[in-house]
Amino acid sequence: MRALAGNAWWEYIKKEMLPHMWCPGCGNGIVLRCLARALAALGLPRHRVVVVTGIGCWGKADDYLRTNALHTTHGRALAFATGIKLARPELVVLVLMGDGDCATIGGNHLIHAARRNVDLTAVVVNNFNYGMTGGQVSATTPRGAVTSTTALGNPERGFDLCKIADAAGANLVARATVYHVPLLERLLREGISKKGFSFLEVVSPCPTHYGRRNRLGTPAEMMRYLKERSLGVHAPAARRGEVPEGYILIGKLAERDEPDFLAAYEQVRQRASGRGERK
Amino acid sequence: MERSKRLFMQGNEAIAEGAIAAGARFYAGYPITPSSEIAEVCSRRLPEVGGIFVQMEDEIASIAAVIGASLAGVKAFTATSGPGFSLMQENIGLAVMGEVPCVVVNVQRSGPSTGLATKVAQADVMQARWGRHGDQLLIALSPASVQECFELTVAAFNLAERFRVPVVLLADEIVAHLREVVELPPAEKLPIVARRYPLCPPDEYLPFRPGADGVPPLAAFGSEYVFHITSSMHGEDGFSNNDPANAARKIARLFTKITSHREEVVQVKGYGCDGTLDILLVTFGCTVRPARAAAARAGKLKVGVLQLVTLWPFPDREVKLLARRAKAVVVAELNYGQVVCEVERVVGGERPVYGLHKYNGEGFTPGEIAARLEEVAGLCGL
Repeated sequence: MRALAGNAWWEYIKKEMLPHMWCPGCGNGIVLRCLARALAALGLPRHRVVVVTGIGCWGKADDYLRTNALHTTHGRALAFATGIKLARPELVVLVLMGDGDCATIGGNHLIHAARRNVDLTAVVVNNFNYGMTGGQVSATTPRGAVTSTTALGNPERGFDLCKIADAAGANLVARATVYHVPLLERLLREGISKKGFSFLEVVSPCPTHYGRRNRLGTPAEMMRYLKERSLGVHAPAARRGEVPEGYILIGKLAERDEPDFLAAYEQVRQRASGRGERK
Repeated sequence: MERSKRLFMQGNEAIAEGAIAAGARFYAGYPITPSSEIAEVCSRRLPEVGGIFVQMEDEIASIAAVIGASLAGVKAFTATSGPGFSLMQENIGLAVMGEVPCVVVNVQRSGPSTGLATKVAQADVMQARWGRHGDQLLIALSPASVQECFELTVAAFNLAERFRVPVVLLADEIVAHLREVVELPPAEKLPIVARRYPLCPPDEYLPFRPGADGVPPLAAFGSEYVFHITSSMHGEDGFSNNDPANAARKIARLFTKITSHREEVVQVKGYGCDGTLDILLVTFGCTVRPARAAAARAGKLKVGVLQLVTLWPFPDREVKLLARRAKAVVVAELNYGQVVCEVERVVGGERPVYGLHKYNGEGFTPGEIAARLEEVAGLCGL
């Protein structure tokens, strides 16, 4: 699977749009590059790929990609993607969302896309706040954290997005951080290849808003935090189910092979044609 | 050659059959009274014809999935009623902005809010036109019979493809639950507008470069044409564009691509509208039938009934020309006063305009309309 040599991934990047609009120290550029490299490694032709985005910093990623793209409304990207995939199953549909987009305004669509097990790959960049609108609290902001709308500390708990996706029935659930580039790339390839709903959370720093307000240091220090506070699923402590408080569990968290929506719908069609014959 | 079929059918069933006849192969929706039969019929019929039915988690997701399916090259639609129509508005705006053909059926019921959930109203006329933020225009049609439920659903898909625009079929509880005989023409007699796909080499395709008629050809995701659609203001290439001149051009074209072809869009039907009239009775949807009955019993008063088949863009010229041949205009509608405002705008003080409005969840009886005609005749000395 190390068919990553060369610059084939540049084929997927809209070079004339660079430099990108993301802040220095933001992880989005890393995820974008890993995504392009995953597409190149899988040898997917651009016309077979549709990138669906919502609203937010990561939701601007489609501007830098040369695949088909649909930039949608805030929170609804998964629902648009569902229509695309069901109408044309041969397409590879990637849904790029942030934590505000996917988990906060769009949480209902997340659980139902996972339950319906539509063959989509959701790539959620989680930076624990709304970057684009000025660093407001989101549904993944930890309790106590400072954001522009929780200046005195967040009274609410944050979601564990992977647990939600797992409980809702996604066929593949995984987490990486933007520090763990080889893992991120591998999980992207696996997610795209996996039939059914794949959910990949990518933990990423927002030094401009979240880092600054919570005194998390420079972008480099935030990156070091991701390195030092991550625990792979195969680490002994993780295997024992003893993930220390504040640590990020990374790797493949859940995998199953439930039939995806279209596979199940095929049976509906067969029953429909059987009924037609009886008429 | 196949002959047309005569069937006894409900309005909602006729809408579902009209959509399938028009080539729709994708339905995404959320159940809501009084539109649910459309979903129920589609859940059985679409898999029979190789299509897909999916019940989404809400109406926001339903219209989103419909837009996605349409961009993947499959004719797609959804059906709902007032509360669901409200939820769909933001994404209908995306369909306007992204110029995505699709059909939204709104079987109107009494509101506001949950309202009289099973009772009729015609009170979403203005919402269909203005329910979204921003400057935009879409097309809205209103059926007055089960036959028209079928025919106008076909027309809605044709107009959506022709102009790359969402089309609203503004039905109502009475028409949607009415059962009567319909004649379904054989497939080869049905005029079906196919999507205009691009003909240029794939590298040159710009998804928002208009043709001579103002409408850009639309490719399908997965074809050799790779393209980008966005809800943000965009240039002809479909990528974000903040240039004021570009924005002004785009917004204007969202209007002119439809208004410069109004003869293809605006449809009215006149009943007894020949010659000079005492009263022009303007109406639409389920109110057409009691209006015609009232006109027929108007005695010595000559009353012409003008049915607005197209509600948006508004049939300005048709209303204005006919109003000039009448001494007074009456607008009958199941709301507190919506189409009457448009008629007043169009008639512009040339003739007196009177409304007849009912908003208690019941339809009009011919007698109620006849009484108002008598009253107006008295007021105008007819």
